[in-house]
Amino acid sequence: MKIIDLVNHEDFKLISKISQTEREIAGVECCDLLSWVMANGQEGEAWITVQIHSNIVAVATLLDFSCIIVPENIEVDAEVIEKATDEDIPVFSTQLDAYGIFKVFYEAGI
Amino acid sequence: MYRLQRDESDLAMMKAFEVSNEDFSSAGTASSKIKKILRQIGMDAGVIRRIAIATYEAEINVAIHSNGGHIEVYIKSDKVDIYVEDTGPGIADINLAMQKGYSTATKEIRELGFGAGMGLPNMEKCCDDFYIESVVDEYTAIKMTFNL
Ligand SMILES: Nc1ncnc2c1ncn2[C@@H]1O[C@H](COP(=O)(O)OP(=O)(O)O)[C@@H](O)[C@H]1O
Ligand SMILES: [Mg+2]
Repeated sequence: MKIIDLVNHEDFKLISKISQTEREIAGVECCDLLSWVMANGQEGEAWITVQIHSNIVAVATLLDFSCIIVPENIEVDAEVIEKATDEDIPVFSTQLDAYGIFKVFYEAGI
Repeated sequence: MYRLQRDESDLAMMKAFEVSNEDFSSAGTASSKIKKILRQIGMDAGVIRRIAIATYEAEINVAIHSNGGHIEVYIKSDKVDIYVEDTGPGIADINLAMQKGYSTATKEIRELGFGAGMGLPNMEKCCDDFYIESVVDEYTAIKMTFNL
């Protein structure tokens, strides 16, 4: 599954601007404890988190995550979206909860 | 302020970054910059990853727990030395602070996802040599060495 597949998926909305959509999603990380994510996150993963302050962009950049997914229609500040755009990190918003997001990835073979 | 003696032998490049304690939700800027520099000079991806994790945790600690400080990166032919020094409350019991899960972070800070008490143990695990010293009500100073 690639970033472009999430862009085209009706349940996901890309809210940052990115330069390329061909990157492969290598797996999924779902956690809101930043140190835990820092210690356990793997390159290329999609990261589901309800944290929406700009530090998540730093974490995603440092770990080379393929994207950030904010579940349950939680609204993300313009400032954070801008930072994600600067760092070329895709941020998706979705009405799905973590379980719903897992199902999408599972069905896509991740 | 310098707390730890610098080892400048064989130094190829030095970079310094200020870390403020004002807006910790946006902390991570220094570690992101450090990562970009290491990438540009073509360092091994695994080492970059360990340095990124360790400097991020160090930066967050300075932003959350201290009154501000700096990170200095000394790049050498066979290793990278990273010095993290702040002024602030210091750490009374370093052995306790090094334990996984120990944190004095407030509820508000925990709600933002910080304060899992894994920062110092993560830092120690990521580097090849870890040194910390602290004086209560004065400072905390850390040196991390990564062998190349
Ligand atoms: N730079 C610092 N200045 C003062 N206290 C610190 C500093 N770094 C760490 N500490 C103390 O050590 C504890 C453990 O640190 P850490 O393992 O990074 O966990 P956390 O930051 O999640 O609390 C902190 O809660 C704090 O009490
Ligand atoms: Mg910490």
